[in-house]
Amino acid sequence: MAEPVKKKKKTEKIPRVAMPEQEADVRARNFLEVPTGYTREMAVLEAQRCLQCKKPGCVAGCPVNVDIPGFIQLIKEEKFTESIRNLWGKNSLPAVCGRVCPQEIQCEGLCILAKKGDPVAIGNLERFAADWERENGTGELPPKAEPTGKKVAVVGSGPSGLTVAGDLIVKGHDVTVLEAFHKPGGVLVYGIPEFRLPKAIVAQEVNFLERLGVNVECNAVVGRTVSLDELFEEGYDAVYLGVGAGLPRFMNIPGENLVGILSANEYLTRANLMKAYLFPEVDTPIPIGKDVVVLGAGNVAMDSARTAMRLGADKVRIVYRRSRQEMPARIAEIHHAEEEGIEFFLLTNPIEYLGDDNGRLTGMTCLKMELGEPDDSGRRRPVPIEGSEFHLDCDLCIVAVGSGANPLLTASTPDLKLNQWGYIEADQETGKTYKKGVWAGGDIVTGAATVILAMGAGRKAADSIHDYLMLGW
Amino acid sequence: MFKIVNREEMSDGTVVLNDIEAPMIARKAKPGQFVILKANEAGERIPLTMAETDPEKGTVTVIYQVVGKSTALFKTLQVGDSYQDVIGPLGKATHIEKVGNVICVGGGTGIAVLHPITRALKEIGNHVTCIIGARTKDLLILEDRMKDASHELHVCTDDGSYGHHGFVTDVLKEVLEKGETQQAVAIGPVPMMKFVSLMTKEYNVPTLVSLNPIMVDGTGMCGGCRVSVGGHTKFACVDGPEFDAHKVDFDELMLRLQAYCEDEQSCYNDFCTIRDSK
Repeated sequence: MAEPVKKKKKTEKIPRVAMPEQEADVRARNFLEVPTGYTREMAVLEAQRCLQCKKPGCVAGCPVNVDIPGFIQLIKEEKFTESIRNLWGKNSLPAVCGRVCPQEIQCEGLCILAKKGDPVAIGNLERFAADWERENGTGELPPKAEPTGKKVAVVGSGPSGLTVAGDLIVKGHDVTVLEAFHKPGGVLVYGIPEFRLPKAIVAQEVNFLERLGVNVECNAVVGRTVSLDELFEEGYDAVYLGVGAGLPRFMNIPGENLVGILSANEYLTRANLMKAYLFPEVDTPIPIGKDVVVLGAGNVAMDSARTAMRLGADKVRIVYRRSRQEMPARIAEIHHAEEEGIEFFLLTNPIEYLGDDNGRLTGMTCLKMELGEPDDSGRRRPVPIEGSEFHLDCDLCIVAVGSGANPLLTASTPDLKLNQWGYIEADQETGKTYKKGVWAGGDIVTGAATVILAMGAGRKAADSIHDYLMLGW
Repeated sequence: MFKIVNREEMSDGTVVLNDIEAPMIARKAKPGQFVILKANEAGERIPLTMAETDPEKGTVTVIYQVVGKSTALFKTLQVGDSYQDVIGPLGKATHIEKVGNVICVGGGTGIAVLHPITRALKEIGNHVTCIIGARTKDLLILEDRMKDASHELHVCTDDGSYGHHGFVTDVLKEVLEKGETQQAVAIGPVPMMKFVSLMTKEYNVPTLVSLNPIMVDGTGMCGGCRVSVGGHTKFACVDGPEFDAHKVDFDELMLRLQAYCEDEQSCYNDFCTIRDSK
């Protein structure tokens, strides 16, 4: 047992390898990816920092239980192909997760090294392995089980749907993914901006599933083009619903229908899915604000603010009714936004939008807030300070205060049981709904959450669907 | 890909009809519902209410006016060409009910949308009076089909080149004066719908309008298509596209439709310059 001690000493000498990034003042005006990725040398060096714990906290912290020490060890040994094979065993979207997972509260937050210093850069290494495979790999596919003759429809091609599709196709089932938009990827293509997750990477992940045999049908709005019950009539044996939250929440204050006020969903869909940042090279326009306010402080708000900056704003302000501590965005995203010149107006809440005679936004009236007692979410409730009204000029406002459950599919399927907010009731462990043969997971069950939690739900549901197809309900 | 199997030009080439192969949509679509079309990879998602569907042939029909870059691009598509994407059927179907005497008022390409609704209202047993209008005779569309779909057809032109000289509201007033109308449907340019609505409100005749605001996804996800109806914000794509005309804030709708007018104009001009230089 002498050796591990010696090794530990050695590893302490290597500081965490910093992720190379575009300079803040340059990237704030372009849509290229911000972190540029580890080189081979950087990855191998960082991989040496991993202590290969016997009881790895990182794995326990991962919603899909990736064999983190395993894939890192393989990077250390420069066996990159084996490393990505290992990752694929638990995670069908490593290039995505390496980029957008909140590692600081999951795997890296539980890394033993985090107790005394910087954790192993698990996300950066995961991204490296996936990018290496994409750029240098053989394109060889993982093995597939013999066909079972069972058909599964996956509704929605976001992270949970793609996970279910990937898991079930290798188990030998016939899988079709139905996507309402004209491009697959769900929130990965319409929500997360190019500078955080290049769309070519999402396309490649989807293409990987297609090469495995998954059918992807776009322009299929389940609930409209085809109903859930019709899917069973068409011969599907099981259906997974991963349609996302998909209903924008607004402030419900006077003036909200002025021109120049958009939901973050609309703003980001124009920018990302429709690539409106390239207008007029593409045909979809996007409003260009000089003086932009983003309401909310989650990841979607940061994405909106940083997009507005890249589209040429002079000034972008995040307006949030609570304080910095309660901001729901990832710390890394808040830092990135600040570095790019986004300002924060905290403890501030708009009460009215103001416009001109042409119905265009010119500003808003805000109130200063202070924090009171904790509310249901456990966060201190913001309370308005009387008489603190002040005016804020703006010509574009992006409302990023969360989303609700889109009723399009659920309203047309009365035998799905919903909770009081309209989300689908599904078993936490299996994703089973109250309707036979139907599973659900991701934001349409939990409300807006993260990519990896949706993938975790997809993983559990895929296991349960497989059991059902082979054994029964 | 969604192939165009039939194409007609109307109104001096400013209006185009396409029958498009979309069997899944044709099977499901009902009067009043819309589709979203996207011509190519760089194209915009354009919502158009269907003028006709043929479940047996598996086709849907759209009739659009060329007003900007995207519709000008649509116009370049010939029989045998395809739209890259067609999504639908979206929105709620028209509630068709036997109420007695119904007036259907249509203007511009709104007449195309009004046609299947008019026909359905007649088929269910209503007495249907139809009033359609255009700026001038050459711009009028679907007169014969509207004649077949209704019991009584009135045609108006702003310049008097055909039918009644004046607006649809002139004839509407005469019909409403008889006091026998139980319901009205108005589909056309927003100002037309606004003035029809103001008039039917005077006569207490419930009125439906079909709205076509700016939208992106058409499934309730973006909220771009929000309209004020009775003081509440509604999404035209999922709560509509049809609403109680007497509750719609038409002035707000008109302002919201102007949101991208400068971008649209420059984009259209560039397209025309390139097209004409070829």
